[in-house]
Amino acid sequence: MDLIKEHPILEFEHGKKVKFFFDGKAMEGFEGEPIAAALHANGVRIYRETPEMKRPRGFFCAIGKCSSCFMVVDGVPNVRTCVTALTEGMRVETQRGKGLVPPLS
Amino acid sequence: MRQTEVMVIGGGPAGLSAAVEAASLGCQVMVVDSDLKLGGQLIKQTHKFFGSKEEHAGTRGYEIANILFRELEENKDRIQVLSNTTAVGYYKEDGVVSCVTGEDEYFRVKPQRVIMATGAQEKMIPFPNNDLPGVYGAGAVQTLMNVYGVLPGKRVLMVGAGNIGLIVSYQLKQAGVDIAGIVEFMPHVGGYWVHAAKVRRLGIPIYLRHTIVEALGERYVTGAVIQAVGEKGGLAGEPKKVDCDVICMAVGLTPTCELLWQAGCEMVFVPELCGYVAKRDNQMRTSVPTIWVAGDAAGIEEASSAMVEGRVAGLNAARSTGHVTDTEFDARSSLYWKRLSDLRAGPVGEKIRYGISQACCGSWEV
Repeated sequence: MDLIKEHPILEFEHGKKVKFFFDGKAMEGFEGEPIAAALHANGVRIYRETPEMKRPRGFFCAIGKCSSCFMVVDGVPNVRTCVTALTEGMRVETQRGKGLVPPLS
Repeated sequence: MRQTEVMVIGGGPAGLSAAVEAASLGCQVMVVDSDLKLGGQLIKQTHKFFGSKEEHAGTRGYEIANILFRELEENKDRIQVLSNTTAVGYYKEDGVVSCVTGEDEYFRVKPQRVIMATGAQEKMIPFPNNDLPGVYGAGAVQTLMNVYGVLPGKRVLMVGAGNIGLIVSYQLKQAGVDIAGIVEFMPHVGGYWVHAAKVRRLGIPIYLRHTIVEALGERYVTGAVIQAVGEKGGLAGEPKKVDCDVICMAVGLTPTCELLWQAGCEMVFVPELCGYVAKRDNQMRTSVPTIWVAGDAAGIEEASSAMVEGRVAGLNAARSTGHVTDTEFDARSSLYWKRLSDLRAGPVGEKIRYGISQACCGSWEV
């Protein structure tokens, strides 16, 4: 993972390491940290594709305001991955277009 | 429907200060914050603050957040904190605030008083490919590296030499990231000289009178093109290609004010405060008598004054709900306004003083 190993001021206390899936591929991240940060640490830059121009979109504001990092998480589209915590076994997928809201279970 | 005496929207420096002020005076307070972690931008700030001793000058931003967290803890009997909870609507018909925790747990709150401390959001400038992954807001870069310890990239082009651009460049270096340079449209550095000097001592070039003209890359950023700007602001000279995998945008912030609009607060556009802000009286109360505003949501400034504005808003919410005697109110109020005027003194505060004069109506009472 692309993590900062040494820092003159900060010490990073990461949570429990968990496994999650990005487009079916197994990756590791830390529980409770934003999905977007975990993906970035795994070298993933493209989080969704726009509906009409098919332009790639990634991380941008990190405070849940810009909608650039919307992804499909456990089947639910338009999840703000910068403010959604990673959990064990989570299935994260690149969102293509507007996403389909799953039927109520 | 949930009830609370005082609802604070936003858990950054202004909101947390407002919450502990109101709660310490006896109010029941609910704080909602959209992020996973409380503290707003403070928890990303590794540099030592300027300002005044009362606002912890000389202390690093994230340590100031820890001080506020301890105050929250001391008042925990009266403060309910809801993280990862976004206030998404204010219904002015009945003063109900709708919120969502995570992405799907909706609920409504009927507060007696509201303090809007919703902070700010990053501005953007237009250039081809500015939507490519790798073009990141400066706050986002700080979140990645200073909160979660994730490297934002290998080599960064910084756009903007205001305080944020300078400080984040320095922080990137501390994290072991290379800086291709800082481009600044203006003919001078916008931030404090002390920050510019630190960056220059590290050998980071600052290209004044330069701008970014294009981001390069098919699917994500692989470089950028920068170019000089002439006297009249048009492009001049030869475009230069820069190798980088991140373009960090530090071109200013604008107040987050959607809820204030929804609430029907009287709004005014003030360039010196960086966008639309709520008109307020000299106690930070908006034109809606039950709503106060504090921090960057009231105009882009910095965390020290945001914390004092939060105190002012919290104090006033407590007075309006009958928790403060007039003597106590007067003592605290004059202390806070003295601190604010100290923080805004001198030539550095000139712009902000003018901005506030445009947004402050003195008193709503006629």
